[in-house]
This record gives sequence, C-alpha cells and structure tokens, in this order.
Amino acid sequence: MRTIQRTQAFDRAQVRDAVAIAAAMVAVGASFGAIAIAYGLPTWVPFAMSTIVFAGGAQFLAVGLLAAGNPIAAVFAGLLLNARHIPFGLAIGGAMGAGWRRLIGSHVMTDEVVAFTLAEDDPARRRRTYWLMGITLFTSWNIGTALGVLLGSAVGDYEALGLDAAFPAALIALILPSLRDRATRVVALTGTAVAVVATPFLPAGLPVLCALLGLLTLIRFGRRS
Amino acid sequence: MLLAAILVLGIGTYTMRLGGVMLRERLTLSPALQRLLPMAAAALLCALAGTATLMAGSSFAGLSRPAGVAVGALLAWRKAPFVVVVVAAAAVAALLRLAGVN
Repeated sequence: MRTIQRTQAFDRAQVRDAVAIAAAMVAVGASFGAIAIAYGLPTWVPFAMSTIVFAGGAQFLAVGLLAAGNPIAAVFAGLLLNARHIPFGLAIGGAMGAGWRRLIGSHVMTDEVVAFTLAEDDPARRRRTYWLMGITLFTSWNIGTALGVLLGSAVGDYEALGLDAAFPAALIALILPSLRDRATRVVALTGTAVAVVATPFLPAGLPVLCALLGLLTLIRFGRRS
Repeated sequence: MLLAAILVLGIGTYTMRLGGVMLRERLTLSPALQRLLPMAAAALLCALAGTATLMAGSSFAGLSRPAGVAVGALLAWRKAPFVVVVVAAAAVAALLRLAGVN
C-alpha cells in the first residue's frame, strides 16, 4: 500500500485547482498588504500578520482596528472570526498526519484548505490535498502580501477584478458534492439561512458559527428514520 | 502593543486550529458523531459562502457579487471544472462593475 501511495503524484487537475486558487490568493493578499500600508502601519505589520495569523478574513478585520488604535478589539474580533477553526479541526482531524506534521499542518488550516480536504474521501489523497493546498495558499498569500506592500495602491482593488465573487464560488464548488446527501443539504442550507439573517445583528464571526444551529434539523430526521 | 496584539491573535488562532485537531484525537468518536462533524463543517463553509456572497459588513452586498457567485455556482452544479467556476464568477462580477452595476 505504501508504495502505491508514494508513487502516486498529484494529479494534474488537483495542481490546476491549486494554481487557480493561489492566483486569487496572491491578488487578495496584495490588497491586504496595500491596505495595511495605506493605513499608515509599519511595513512589518502586514508581514507579521500574514505569517503569524494567516487568516485572510481576520487579518482584514484586525488591520483596520489596529490602525484605528484599538488593538484589544482587533484581537477579540479576530479570534471570534477564527473560532470556526475548532469545528474544522474536529471534522478533518488528522488529515495533515500525526506528530510534528500535525503541529505544523494545523497552522495552514484555512476555509479553502478544509473545503478541498473534505471533498476527498481516500485518506492518502486527503493528506496530499491538505498539504498541497495548505502550502500553496500560505505561500501565495505571503507573496501577495509582499507585492501589496511593495506596490501599494498600484495593485488595485481586488473587487474590481471580481475576486470577492471568486472565493464564495470556489467554496460552493467544493462543498457541492457533499450537499448531494439530503441530510447534509438540509443542515447546510438551514445553517446558511440562519447565518445570513443573523449577519446584520451580530458581530463578525458569530453569524457563521450560528450555522451550526442547522444541525438541529437532524433531530427531526433522526426521529423519522 | 502592535506586535503584542498580532502575537496574541496569532497564538490564539493557532491554538484553536490545533485544539480541534487534538480534541479529535483524544475523543473516541461514536459513528453518529463521525457523521455529524463533516456535516457541521459543510454547514460552516456553506454559511461562509452564503454570507460572503450576500452581505458586505452588515448590509446587502449589491448585485454584482451575488450575480458572479450565482453564475459560478450554476457552472459548478453543471460539473464545470473548478478553474472555470472561479474565473467565471470573478469575470461576471468584474464585468458587471465595469458596466456600472454594483
């Protein structure tokens, strides 16, 4: 079994997917770098955030609060937004391997990496996918950050490129296969509806966590079957 | 203070990332829970996509972004390659903005 796993390289489609999402990550990372500099923060700040925090949504949220001189709010808002990584870790578990692999691998866990990993069934493929996507996205995000810091406002607005639409579409494409299961579909769509409705009323991060309430629909399913 | 805030946010985020993974190893998961966890992750990812599509901050995101995502989702549903989904979603949103639709 070992030899089969070892000789199997990444298939071409997987690498192509990684390149596509990496290109988008470079552009959004560049926006992040440029915004941090435009806020007047020291040059090291975006680099430190992209390597130490490595969570796009939380970085955009926190960098604004840091620039506004509100570091405590930046920490709390960022942590709340990142709390979803706890259930993500529970769901994909040891996809990155055991021991030191787990210690390093956990750092590159992002929404996209989790979505790519969940889309695979075979454990060996899961592990390859996790590391391929994790390393690709960490690298491209940091290259993007550097470009943004260097080029400043010249990198332009990623919304003008439509990239704010690219990321949700990518997530949808990745979770679509798992939505074929009826129970999962009901849970996910109910949870999404709750999250969207809650967004105007709750601080960033909480609405998405509220999607877990969609699991309550299983009580009805469980009784029926 | 800046560095302290970034470090605390980074360490906290890493702790949550690793925490879920470690918890998974420590617990012996019942088959029911093993089925539940991927569902929970799918719900979170779906909600992330949904809120990122429809909302900008606490208000509606406008037309161009949801339109782009809708085209991408339709292509994904018709089993188009991932790259096509991502590029089409971005292109539709970008072109609508170029045409003055927000």
